[in-house]
Amino acid sequence: AMEGGPRIREGDCAVLKRDEVFKAVSVLRRRKIIFEKQWFYLDNAIGHIYGTTFEVTSGGNLQPKQEVEEAATETKEAGTDNRNIVDDGKSQKLTHDDIKALKDKGIKGQEIVQQLIENSTTFRDKTEFAQDKYIKKKKKKYEAVITIVRPSTRILSTMYYAREPGKINHLRYDTLAQMLTLGNIHAGNKMIVMETCAGLVLGAVMERMGGYGSIIQMYPGGGPVRAATSCFGFPKPFFDNLHEFPLSKVQSLLSGTFTAETLPADPEENALGEEESNGLSEEKQTSLQETEEEPAPEAAVELNPPEEQDAMDINAEDVEFKENKEKENKDSVREKQMKQWERRKKLIEAAALLGEKNADGLIVASKFHPTPLLLSLLEFVAPSRPFVVYCQYKEPLLECYTRLRERGGVINLKLSETWLRNYQVLPDRSHPKLTMSGGGGYLLSGITVVLDKGKSDPSNSEALRMEEPSSKRCKLQDLPC
Amino acid sequence: MSFIEYGDTIKDGDTAIVFLGHESMFPVKVQHGTVTQTKYGVIRHSTDLIGKKYGSKVTCSKGGWVFILHPTPELWTMNLPHRTQILYSTDISIITMMLELKPGSIVCESGTGSGSLSHALIRTVAPTGHLYTVEFHQQRAEKAREEFREHGVEHLVTVTNQDVCKNGFGVSNIADAVFLDIPSPWEAIGHAKSALKAEGGRICSFSPCIEQVQRTCLAMEEHGFTEINTLEILLRVYNVRTISLQIPDLGKAAEDNSSTGFDSSSPSHQGSPCANLQQGTVQFKSGVPLREVVGHTGYLTFATKS
Repeated sequence: AMEGGPRIREGDCAVLKRDEVFKAVSVLRRRKIIFEKQWFYLDNAIGHIYGTTFEVTSGGNLQPKQEVEEAATETKEAGTDNRNIVDDGKSQKLTHDDIKALKDKGIKGQEIVQQLIENSTTFRDKTEFAQDKYIKKKKKKYEAVITIVRPSTRILSTMYYAREPGKINHLRYDTLAQMLTLGNIHAGNKMIVMETCAGLVLGAVMERMGGYGSIIQMYPGGGPVRAATSCFGFPKPFFDNLHEFPLSKVQSLLSGTFTAETLPADPEENALGEEESNGLSEEKQTSLQETEEEPAPEAAVELNPPEEQDAMDINAEDVEFKENKEKENKDSVREKQMKQWERRKKLIEAAALLGEKNADGLIVASKFHPTPLLLSLLEFVAPSRPFVVYCQYKEPLLECYTRLRERGGVINLKLSETWLRNYQVLPDRSHPKLTMSGGGGYLLSGITVVLDKGKSDPSNSEALRMEEPSSKRCKLQDLPC
Repeated sequence: MSFIEYGDTIKDGDTAIVFLGHESMFPVKVQHGTVTQTKYGVIRHSTDLIGKKYGSKVTCSKGGWVFILHPTPELWTMNLPHRTQILYSTDISIITMMLELKPGSIVCESGTGSGSLSHALIRTVAPTGHLYTVEFHQQRAEKAREEFREHGVEHLVTVTNQDVCKNGFGVSNIADAVFLDIPSPWEAIGHAKSALKAEGGRICSFSPCIEQVQRTCLAMEEHGFTEINTLEILLRVYNVRTISLQIPDLGKAAEDNSSTGFDSSSPSHQGSPCANLQQGTVQFKSGVPLREVVGHTGYLTFATKS
């Protein structure tokens, strides 16, 4: 990166990158980070430009990597095929202990790779391509470089899918990309988002809206989970028009019996309960352990809470609570009342926004059955607006499709899936990558229209006939000829 | 209405989408005094459209009806007049995410073609971003300008009629992202690099052939781009159908009704309301892939300037 780009500042949400592996961290001084079997401190990275690549030096310090001319440009010697290469397990003259000794001496990874090449008896007989592959493999193992990049939907959705697919219901990043496009997410929208994807989908929607418009997040349980949302490092104003509304109040809102008086149980306790499953609590444990081993993959999100996060506020409060127990009582009662009052105010605001029934779209990506969510939440959406439902499985969307057809008020229903294939592109060695993802979930999308009064309207069945290819015809087509 | 802002009612001058049914729709320019012919009869704009809510059912002269939809870049992509091959929403979605586009982004694009991607890009970078799009075909460039004006987004886009491989994008050091959909993208990589901000940005090139991809990747590497990554995204659409499969007659029913595997009284089948044993068939819902699908549009190569 050149001069003038945004710099890494203390307190930032950043992402560490090594090859294709990402990890979200918050930039804090004197805080040990463990990433890809290495530990280091981010202190020295502060002040550098995003996109800078660092080397890990002894003592866990980061040092910007100097571009070095590849030493491999010397006269190359290579074989043409492998007919005389025998795997006797003795081609490498350096032993495990030798390599360990080199590492312990603090020898740079680059040099270790060079030594490995020199001590490989078969290296010169390998083909040029095989030599290339060998060097790449060793570099990956011994050259400890990490790049610090700014978070984005691209990076965070790739990171989550690779590291914690279970927390985002196996929503692959290309599927998320489809949702944002099919949902016509853009600045100025009034969006309804119902997700249990750690706040990743919410964050993606927020990024595309750029702080313009409003979002109402529907949440199950005691509060919305936004662990992934906080990784984006959004500026504070982005949260001004982010509202939340409990799913458990949807029915009363639709039937007109909604009051803000009966809030769902103690929100704080519930929110904490939710949090157990979002990776932050695990993060606490691993940072206590401070082992040199890579923590379990569940701890991908190593983030300290920025202030604006509800769920995280509670976390910080919780710690404080333990520290000065005596002083607490009176203050905490008042504070709780204040919080309760705040929450009620926000809830009434969100209810009013929903009550207008003019949302510009609905995005659903949750672990719950989509049908009841859709049948209820579509009530809050204006006509001629897109909606997109994600589900890890196809079958619930089949049912959802059928029920939406019965309900009416939707057109252009489409059940789809995307396949993603990555390629290796190298001179004379281009091909699809060996592995591809087996599944990234399914989408059901459509557009709302003005709902006919009364379901017995005969034109509804006409719409059905119009849109669904007749099954008789398809049966004929499917007959083997 | 505009392509970047929802409106509730249909107004004179709007571009609206007439939805006739399954995958059958077309765009219409709403104008007082104008009529539009459909297979269900005539739509009179002054009385049938203007002032109505978007999403309304409109009854045509022969008694049939259609829905009138608010335009979006996705609906436009499905209905726009083709002047070239176009990019569809599946590719567009991954391009938008991988280029990290959002409100405020500055994007360069070439060629403009039929403006399918352009509309999607403009939608995403609005209201504070900008699209610089370069098209070497003069008539196409002019037609694109005209459409952007009609769609109320002209302030967000600059169309330049020149050869991107020779003359570049006409801007330097201002773009967050560059997109190339031209026959020889490797000739434009240098221009792409100088269009991108000094601090860096993202690039994407779309090519149908692997030979094009190889040359592009080499050019990207020579110009110092990193994170070079080629991928392909394929859409699979499923028809939702109720399928009936006949139960074969193995002659068992005649002998002992209770011993068949498909006995309706067996607990494993009580939960299935679709089983219709009297007629000897089992019904179920299935998502059936289309008989023929798009197997390849193009390779998408992404890279980072850092």
